[in-house]
Amino acid sequence: MALTVDNLIEWINNFSQKVNEHKDYLSELDTPIGDGDHGNNMARGVNAVQESLTNKKPAELTDAFKQVAMALISKVGGASGPLYGTAFLEMAKKSKDTTDLGELFTAANEGVKKRGGAKVGDKTMVDVFEPLAEKLTQGLLEQSEIDEAVEGTKDLVAKKGRASYLGERSVGHLDPGAMSSGYLFSALIETEGIL
Amino acid sequence: MSLGITIVSHVPEIAAGLPKLLKQVAADVPLTYAGGTDDGDIGTSMEKINQAFDDNSADEILAFYDLGSAKMNLEMAQEMSEKTIHLYDTALIESAYTAASLLQAGVSLKDVEEQLKPLKVK
Repeated sequence: MALTVDNLIEWINNFSQKVNEHKDYLSELDTPIGDGDHGNNMARGVNAVQESLTNKKPAELTDAFKQVAMALISKVGGASGPLYGTAFLEMAKKSKDTTDLGELFTAANEGVKKRGGAKVGDKTMVDVFEPLAEKLTQGLLEQSEIDEAVEGTKDLVAKKGRASYLGERSVGHLDPGAMSSGYLFSALIETEGIL
Repeated sequence: MSLGITIVSHVPEIAAGLPKLLKQVAADVPLTYAGGTDDGDIGTSMEKINQAFDDNSADEILAFYDLGSAKMNLEMAQEMSEKTIHLYDTALIESAYTAASLLQAGVSLKDVEEQLKPLKVK
C-alpha cells in the first residue's frame, strides 16, 4: 500500500498502454474542438517515457518522476507536454517529503493550474485532476469517480486552450485532456499495491 | 546591444520566416527562433526554445509566440534560462516587428513595452 519505484513504473506502463490503445480515440475527441493530435502527441510522449525508464531505471522516486516529466516535456509537442510535464515535475519535488499519492497529486494539480492558468470548470484536465486528487487524499478513488469527472467536461464551455476559440460550440464534446488524465488515474487503480 | 528577440512558433517555417521580415528593419538586433517540435512537427519544444535563448547573443531577450501552448514551453524555458526573458502576449508578427524596429533605433525596453501594450491579444 505504498508508492515505490517499481509500482510507479508499472503505473506509468499501464498509463502508456492505455494511451496507445486509445490513441485514435483521443485524437478523435480533439478533432472537433482542437487540432486533432492529442492521441498522437500523448502516444509519442508516453513511448518516450517508457524508453527513458527502460534505458535507465531510476533509483529513487524523485528521479523516476523527473524522468517521466522530462520525456513528456521534450516529446509531446502540444500543450499537454508542458502541462503533464509540470504535473510530474511537481510530484518529483513533493516526493522528497512524502509518498502519499493524495499529496503528490494535489501538488501536481496546483502546478498544472499555475502553468495553464485554468481552474475547475474550464473544460481541461484540471476538471479531472482536482476532484480526483481530493478522492485520493480521502482514499476513495474509484473508476466511477473517474468516469464522472471526465464525463463532466462534456457540458462545459471551454475557457482554455485551443477549444476556447470555439466558445459555446465546445459544449457537447468531452475534453481530450480530461480523457487522457482519466487514463492516468485508471492506470493507478489497476496498479496492484500502489493505493 | 544587450537586448535581443526570440520568435517561437508551432510551425518551423513561420519561426524561420518571420525573422526575414524583421531583419529588414533590424539588421543589428540579435534574433533567434524556435519552431516546431524536436521532430520538426507542428508544436513547440522547450529544448529548441532553450537553444534559441542560448544562441541569442543578447543577455536580455524579448520573446514572442503564436499560440497558448508555445507560451507554456516558453515559460518553462524561461525558468531554466540564466538570461532575463520577457514574454509578451501580443500579436506575433506586429509586435515582433514593432520591437525589432524600435530596438534597432536604440529605444529603451520601457518604451518598447509601452508600444507593445495595444498589441496584446491573448
